[in-house]
Amino acid sequence: MPAARIEFSKGLQDFIQEWKDKPGNLIMILHRVQQEFSYIPREAAERLAEELSMPLAKIYGVITFYHLFKTTKPGKHRIAVCMGTACYLKGGQTLLEECEDILGIKGHEVTDDGLFSIDAVRCVGCCGLAPVLMVGNDVYGKLTKEQVPEIIAKYRG
Amino acid sequence: MAYKHFILVCGGTGCESSKADDIYKELISQAEAQGVKDDVQVVKTGCFGFCEKGPIVKVLPAESFYVEVKPSDAKEIIAEQIVKGREVTRLLYKDDKQKDRIKVEDIQFYQKQFRIVLRNCGIINPENIDEYIARDGYAALEKVLSSMKPNDVIAELKKSGLRGRGGAGFPTWRKWEFSRGPQADQKYVVCNADEGDPGAYMDRSTVEGDPHSVIEAMAICGYTIGASKGFVYIRAEYPLAIERLKIAIAQAKDYGLLGDNILGTGFSFDLEIRLGAGAFVCGEETALLKSIEGSRGMPIPRPPFPAIKGLWGKPTVINNVETWANIPVIITKGGDWFAKIGTETSKGTKVFALTGKVNNSGLVEVPMGTTLREIIYDIGGGIRGGKKFKGAQTGGPSGGIITEEFLDLPIDYESLTGLGSMMGSGGLIVMDEDDCVVDVSKFYMEFCVDESCGKCAPCRIGTNQMHSILERITKGTGTMEDLDKLEKIGHAMKRAALCGLGQTAPNPTLSTIRRFRDEYLEHIVDKKCRAGKCKDLVVFSIDKDKCIGCGLCARKCPVNCITGDKTQKYTINAEACIKCGECFKVCKFGAVLKN
Ligand SMILES: Cc1cc2nc3c(=O)[nH]c(=O)nc-3n(C[C@H](O)[C@H](O)[C@H](O)COP(=O)(O)O)c2cc1C
Ligand code: FES
Repeated sequence: MPAARIEFSKGLQDFIQEWKDKPGNLIMILHRVQQEFSYIPREAAERLAEELSMPLAKIYGVITFYHLFKTTKPGKHRIAVCMGTACYLKGGQTLLEECEDILGIKGHEVTDDGLFSIDAVRCVGCCGLAPVLMVGNDVYGKLTKEQVPEIIAKYRG
Repeated sequence: MAYKHFILVCGGTGCESSKADDIYKELISQAEAQGVKDDVQVVKTGCFGFCEKGPIVKVLPAESFYVEVKPSDAKEIIAEQIVKGREVTRLLYKDDKQKDRIKVEDIQFYQKQFRIVLRNCGIINPENIDEYIARDGYAALEKVLSSMKPNDVIAELKKSGLRGRGGAGFPTWRKWEFSRGPQADQKYVVCNADEGDPGAYMDRSTVEGDPHSVIEAMAICGYTIGASKGFVYIRAEYPLAIERLKIAIAQAKDYGLLGDNILGTGFSFDLEIRLGAGAFVCGEETALLKSIEGSRGMPIPRPPFPAIKGLWGKPTVINNVETWANIPVIITKGGDWFAKIGTETSKGTKVFALTGKVNNSGLVEVPMGTTLREIIYDIGGGIRGGKKFKGAQTGGPSGGIITEEFLDLPIDYESLTGLGSMMGSGGLIVMDEDDCVVDVSKFYMEFCVDESCGKCAPCRIGTNQMHSILERITKGTGTMEDLDKLEKIGHAMKRAALCGLGQTAPNPTLSTIRRFRDEYLEHIVDKKCRAGKCKDLVVFSIDKDKCIGCGLCARKCPVNCITGDKTQKYTINAEACIKCGECFKVCKFGAVLKN
């Protein structure tokens, strides 16, 4: 018996319908799937393969090529430490290490309680505020290492 | 109803992340609460450029330029300036020399700038098409559609001398001419807003601050080459820019400036947004087109060039955001006007994202031919903390370092290439004596290792090889032979790699070896890093003559490897030291020594 199909919200289904026949739609649809699940679960990729009549291998080829697509579930709060050049020169590495120390995980890992994950990213476009760190969509700039514990504590709530 | 005052709040990403949105809302609610909402209009604009001092608020017509504003300042701005007509002196920008109030045009940061691309950034509300139109927006499109033939447009571009701002500097008119020639059932116009150079944000700010300038230019191109469809390929990491672009496209459609039968002329042109997904190589044009097609973004060999055989095999003009933003001005003011600005070979202006160790980080637009010294010292306010300038990197991971002796060279495409660097898209990163050139080269090479798409061997293997050698050198285990190897591999990659990524990846390393060979030798032979960045080569110690025994370093040390007392002074146990540098940073007496 086939496994139960993964649920797609109405919004996601509508989005797929809207894009289904447009050429070059895959990346846009994957973005929308990731918005829904915070990553791209295997079952979702399988369902897409079916609905778009596209080989699963092609879908995985695209997912694994692009850094932004994730195949594992990230933490509830995603910490992105900027390691673009401007931030690197002004101490991005120190911020990254401080986050790793506080949470006891390395880049690309998730804390046991599923609350946090850390990623080193390349330039979030606020280089004037270097060094920069983001938690979810919140940007924190001109940081020193000393400010990191307080920022992380805000999201523990 | 006419407003007496206008308050412009910077809504660029930088300022937005420092609570500009809260300031904006607070100003509106304060205006209401204090009963002056009919006297003042609060507008959220694009980036002012002066990101170092953000969030920025400007009040017109008084021309008050407030910096580092907080939401809690809104009440006072309304109460003092709008109600009582007095400036809030404490928030005004002051520079070191002139302690008094300075007018915006007297601010050093803005003095040498000349704004074409950023003409509307920080002036109009980018979410309101009427404000763009009020500043001559869409006049160029109207002029083109009503009175110019495709040939005339190309002739005007040719006169202007405009060259691509995405890095390579290819003459824009020629690209358009290539695509206009062939007959095809479909042609495409593409905007490259992928902005992959880490440490650059010119294109982001342009799209956020003035999205219509790009839309208008793309429609002009559509008319010129005979395309009815365009795509803006933009980094998914830029949510605010994407949002503003969506709003702008919808408004342009509403006004009949996009879509079917534009301005009743029978010309139709439609625009769609496509998102990138975090791959630097997708900034390269052939890879970008593959990505729009929904595939892995792997470059393909050129020729054929996209202008002849591009998206889905059709003739495609692809230009960079900044290139596009210049075009409406060239059409309205004329190619001759534009060609008067700049140098012999490079016309117009260039926008730079000035970052790193300068006092005033920010977005600057200067005429081509301006010197680096003017940009770094006059506009950027010099090096932070009185440190010594070491070099400036242009062209990001594809570029090279420019040293002190070339600070007075007028910059244009040719002069930068001549120095072993390149114009690049506009990232300008300033380094000081605390930055290690080997470490920075390793940083860029690591970036290229991550971003190499893996299709061609010279890039896939070459970047890895160069990276591991650089890593060895920073760890003190490099040899003289390694230095030769770096150069050999680098030159081989430049010749053999498939696309620009691999061909240019060796540049930062080769250019630093050329300009700072002595520092490489120091790492290899003396096992020393003079900047103190390469941790394996740094030893911290305490100068007993200078140490006053305060013990601050010992308290700060995260691994408790500093011991001593007031009488004996302090010592560092080098074995246990993790070289975090905290002791060096906190000592007020210069008693902690590096190396
Ligand atoms: C590795 C690589 C990355 C690039 N990244 C960008 C980029 O982020 N933005 C851009 O506009 N052009 C980028 N380019 C240049 C484009 O390939 C292309 O030259 C440009 O989009 C053409 O537009 P222009 O003529 O207006 O400059 C890149 C090129 C290479 C080789
Ligand atoms: S380098 Fe960190 S935001 Fe650009």
